[in-house]
Amino acid sequence: MLKKRDDFEDILEERRNSSDLRYALRCYTPVLYKGMTPCKADTLKSMVLQSNQLRYVISQVSKETGRATDDVREDASAILEEMAHSLQLSTVRFFAFTLSKVFKTLFRSICVNEEGIQRLQQAIQEHPVVLLPSHRSYMDFLLMSYILYTYDLALPVIAAGMDFMGMKFVGEMLRMSGAFFIRRSFGGDKLYWSVFSEYVKTMLKNGLAPVEFFLEGTRSRTAKSLTPKLGLLNIVMDPFFKGEVYDVSVVPVSISYERILEEALYAREMLGVPKPKESTSGLFKARKVLSEDYGSIHVYFGQPVSVRSLAQGRVNRCKFNLVPRHIPGKPSEEIQNFVNDTAYRLVRAQEENMVLKPWVLLASLLLQHHHQNQTAGQERGIALDELTAQAVWLRDVSREYGAFLNWPGVMTPSEVVSSSLSLHRGLVRICEGRVQLAVEQTATGEPHSAVTPEEELLSRAVVVLSCASYRNQALHVFIRPALLASAIHAASSNQKQEVFNSFSFLRNMFSNEFILCPGATVQDFEEACYLLVKTRALQVTQQEVLVTERGQRTLAFLTSMLDPFLQGYQVICRFLCEEAADTLTEKRFIPAVRKFIVKHLLAGRLRYTEVLSSDLQKNALAALLRLGAVRKIKGAEPGTLKVNAVMVNSLEDTLGKNRAVSWTRNTQQE
Amino acid sequence: MEVLKLKDYKWNAVTAECKAQESQKTAGCSGEAKTVPRKRHEIMKWNGWGYSDSRFLFNKKGQAEFTGKRYRLSGMIMPGLKDWFEVTFGASLQHKTPATPVLTSSSVPPPTLNEAFVEELKSTSIPFSLDAEDRVFRAHGHCLHEIFALREGKFGRVPDMVVWPNCHNDVVNIVELACKHNVCLMPYGGGTSVSSALECPPEETRCIVSLDTSQMNRILWIDEKNLTAHVESGIVGQDLERLLNESGYCTGHEPDSMEFSSLGGWVATRASGMKKNIYGNIEDLVVHIKMVTPQGVIEKSCQGPRMSTGPDIHHFIMGSEGTLGVVTEVTMKIRPMPEYQKYGSVVFPNFEQGVACLREVAKQRCAPASIRLMDNEQFKFGLMYSQMKNENVASLLSFLMKNKCTSLITSFKGFDPNNLCVATLLFEGDREKVLQHEKQVYDIAAKFGGLAAGEDNGQRGYMLTFVIAYLRDLGMDYYVIGESFETSVPWDRVLDICRNVKARIVAECKDKGVQFSPFSTCRVTQTYDAGACVYFYFAFNYRGLSDPVNVYEQVEHAARDEILANGGSLSHHHGVGKLRKEWMRDTVSNVGMGMLKSVKDYVDPKNIFGNGNLL
Repeated sequence: MLKKRDDFEDILEERRNSSDLRYALRCYTPVLYKGMTPCKADTLKSMVLQSNQLRYVISQVSKETGRATDDVREDASAILEEMAHSLQLSTVRFFAFTLSKVFKTLFRSICVNEEGIQRLQQAIQEHPVVLLPSHRSYMDFLLMSYILYTYDLALPVIAAGMDFMGMKFVGEMLRMSGAFFIRRSFGGDKLYWSVFSEYVKTMLKNGLAPVEFFLEGTRSRTAKSLTPKLGLLNIVMDPFFKGEVYDVSVVPVSISYERILEEALYAREMLGVPKPKESTSGLFKARKVLSEDYGSIHVYFGQPVSVRSLAQGRVNRCKFNLVPRHIPGKPSEEIQNFVNDTAYRLVRAQEENMVLKPWVLLASLLLQHHHQNQTAGQERGIALDELTAQAVWLRDVSREYGAFLNWPGVMTPSEVVSSSLSLHRGLVRICEGRVQLAVEQTATGEPHSAVTPEEELLSRAVVVLSCASYRNQALHVFIRPALLASAIHAASSNQKQEVFNSFSFLRNMFSNEFILCPGATVQDFEEACYLLVKTRALQVTQQEVLVTERGQRTLAFLTSMLDPFLQGYQVICRFLCEEAADTLTEKRFIPAVRKFIVKHLLAGRLRYTEVLSSDLQKNALAALLRLGAVRKIKGAEPGTLKVNAVMVNSLEDTLGKNRAVSWTRNTQQE
Repeated sequence: MEVLKLKDYKWNAVTAECKAQESQKTAGCSGEAKTVPRKRHEIMKWNGWGYSDSRFLFNKKGQAEFTGKRYRLSGMIMPGLKDWFEVTFGASLQHKTPATPVLTSSSVPPPTLNEAFVEELKSTSIPFSLDAEDRVFRAHGHCLHEIFALREGKFGRVPDMVVWPNCHNDVVNIVELACKHNVCLMPYGGGTSVSSALECPPEETRCIVSLDTSQMNRILWIDEKNLTAHVESGIVGQDLERLLNESGYCTGHEPDSMEFSSLGGWVATRASGMKKNIYGNIEDLVVHIKMVTPQGVIEKSCQGPRMSTGPDIHHFIMGSEGTLGVVTEVTMKIRPMPEYQKYGSVVFPNFEQGVACLREVAKQRCAPASIRLMDNEQFKFGLMYSQMKNENVASLLSFLMKNKCTSLITSFKGFDPNNLCVATLLFEGDREKVLQHEKQVYDIAAKFGGLAAGEDNGQRGYMLTFVIAYLRDLGMDYYVIGESFETSVPWDRVLDICRNVKARIVAECKDKGVQFSPFSTCRVTQTYDAGACVYFYFAFNYRGLSDPVNVYEQVEHAARDEILANGGSLSHHHGVGKLRKEWMRDTVSNVGMGMLKSVKDYVDPKNIFGNGNLL
């Protein structure tokens, strides 16, 4: 399981020692795909407007709507105008200068794996390249371009959401640094889709610039990877399917922040305090942010993946022989499945190369302690040396599971722990040698206005959710063993088949919550078994799955990790059974379920404030819709939800069996 | 021969004339000059391409020369070839891989004979042979693996005997006997197959008889009113043209293999000729076909130029690749010989522009008799052949510049020697019309940045066509193996297929451990209304590989997969044979296979024509 990974180099180090201005003005001569010189933004636009595909769709739309083709072409041109990037080296240089200043203030280091950069450089010359960074912060795409500029690599064009365009000046700046803007939803708009896809394909096919976009579609507020969106991935693979390029290299990039700039912002957003609309003034208010220490960033450029080799034996490209290639068509099921599988594979590649800081482990441990003490009515926290010992244990376990852990070797464990805690002092409180989450105070710097119990609950939840977002960074390491641990707990016997069934149920239930590749139940089960057997937590025979003495602790930890999610899904099921009226719509679901949960939390009937996360609630609803326990019907209002009470009830019961109570007791005894 | 102790059967010295046919000969068509003797190996290589007297070699000075007297290139020295060869392939004259010089009869498996068949055949006085040389010569086409094995002196299953029918009736007799005695017949025409069509199926346990049509090579009559000629199927292309030329006619059917390939072979494989733009492909040229099958003779009752009488039975015959019977006589269209011929060439700044020009020419339906577009690699190769010493791209450009008006010179600025490509042209017809046509084509070319580059460059291009197969033998003397293969593809796919297939070849070679970068190039050789024919050339230096042929075959297989994935056809004119059989079902659908199968089952239920091609 131990993967060989590249070493990192801190690109800020040089910035601290030499002139930023000279750096911003230096000679920039990137290598390009087949020596292609990038074309002007205007040339690109006219290539798109004159493409066969767009001309075809324009005439289609004109026939359908009865409007003159020239009018439709005007529309297309306007869409393109709104969308297109206008990359300028001068703007890039401006960013290179200012970002150097900003980054040096905010971050201790920006570490990049240079071998990955070399691989990327090679890939850019051979085939059109698609960059797929993980998305945790607004910072991501500026950071990406900054790094590529630093290494003298071709600057990417980046698909960005239209919401940025709200910020007039910033939007244009981003456009000039290579961003192009797409509307968040344009479902039925044929013309829009066509302009958009042709724009991306034209850049890609001609190798004008690497295309960058976020597979997850949006920033993950929870630090968990999001279920990948397939639209853009489909578009960038299309030129390969149709033989317009020999291959496309897809490069997953994992960006991990030691401290996320938007930390508390995200938590509030998930608790229902709406996120501040992106506005230029809002960004300046964020200046406060500049005065804090955000630790380091690790950026790992993964192995370029050849779409051609992935598609080998899976996609029959001959299917495209019988229809002119410029006529847009719905991708076949074969293609859809392939794109979907590839998307998951790429997100997993992002996850695997995500650098984990010791704090991630500490956050996991602190959260578990928080919840246990809460039940026991004590809020004294955990002794620092005890925390250190547990962290060392967890460090070793996670390494065995293949985590990409950045645990400083030169420091003693207690130094590692205290430096981590100090960086995240907004989230923890250390008192008399004991550590606990900083839940009593309101979050840093906020005035003491919270008076109602509900407000107090929410302010506590902000800390818990912030903390959970760090734990979530490690979830991908533990998720498969954790599902297995819960499955073992739930299964009525040690029979392997029964454990597998239980595992399969959980995996199915949570496949909107975690990145679990579709159709890979058996592999995931085997992987989980392998890891637990390897760490001697489990004995797996032909027929049986047995927990070892030594495995109790591991399994207790793993089940506790999953427990908040189990309780979350359970309580949502209960909500749907008890409170869902006929008028419940998708839109009203979140506020209603939130109210229900707050009520139960205040009554002390729920253990995890985490379940207040709207992310979890949305995922649970998506899962129930997928499983058919809830259906969307054409009611009085769009998105009316119809609950199948019997099914939801039974799901709730089954989830209940998996709950970790007995395991946590075991841990307490140790 | 000595080993076989089968002297009783040595009837090959006996010549039996087919009297009935003899009397039908028209005065204008003398059948005397026989290009192809029964003992082919007396004038042709048994383990390489073409005539024994013609071959490339590096002389003592290390300069390449072409021996013999038959070709324009014969006796010439090509100083540039050595460098080109060494640079392109990383080959060296020090590293030789000579072929086994003589055929050792003892290593040829002895024939499995059907005694009863042989006895009855004897009574028909049709000549036949059991000689190892004769049998080996007819056991192969010109696929790389076939020639490679011969050079190593290795023989697989070879035909057990060779028969030389002299006329249609002889064939009828042979087929009847074969059916009676359950003997496997494999028709053999010119032996230029590149689809493993002539390989004997190793699992065949019956006696395999190779039916060599080479002695059926007469023009039986010429009909000047209707402009048709009735010809025996064994005639090879060069004889057919020469004999018709004597009467002032031509068929205009000129496949690259026309020196050796036969009329019957063209029909059996759906051949295509270089000048199809004027004369058409074989299916356009054929008016009437006579074929002998196990069920009897198939032919139409009249020679109407077009019929609506159900599916055209000619299309069961054309492309049947010897699986249904033997084509014995064909009536085909002839044309008066053209008054005027003119070669030409156009240099384009890049391949993309060249393809765009060809597409436009096709669109305007003004293609010359032949128009071919070479990619940059082949352009460079062509230059190397130029007789001018030390000539290179730069000097060609300066040559062009000197010969052009100054206004054109500026346009040379956009020309990068590593992107340049060249189209070769051949115009035919009335002098007046040719010149007019020529102007039209050059005007179109100019729109795509093409510059006329002289007649010589064009003519040289066509001349090279006939010696390129000889060149492969030279490569094989020095660790270099290669081959060409073709496809047809819609216009919008041409550039994509060229790029992707060439890239696939390079990638596969790397993947299979080929130590030197391969020569992977292409040309567009035919234009149609809806698409083009594309040829790929692929060769590499195999030093360091233990099983080069296997590597070669894997790469070619991958290249074919790539062709199909890019909208190309399984074959434009080489046929399927056994080499491309595995893709037939996907190509023609299950029902299509069923149709072909049911025709085979009806026509040849005992699989007498058991060469195993196509299905």
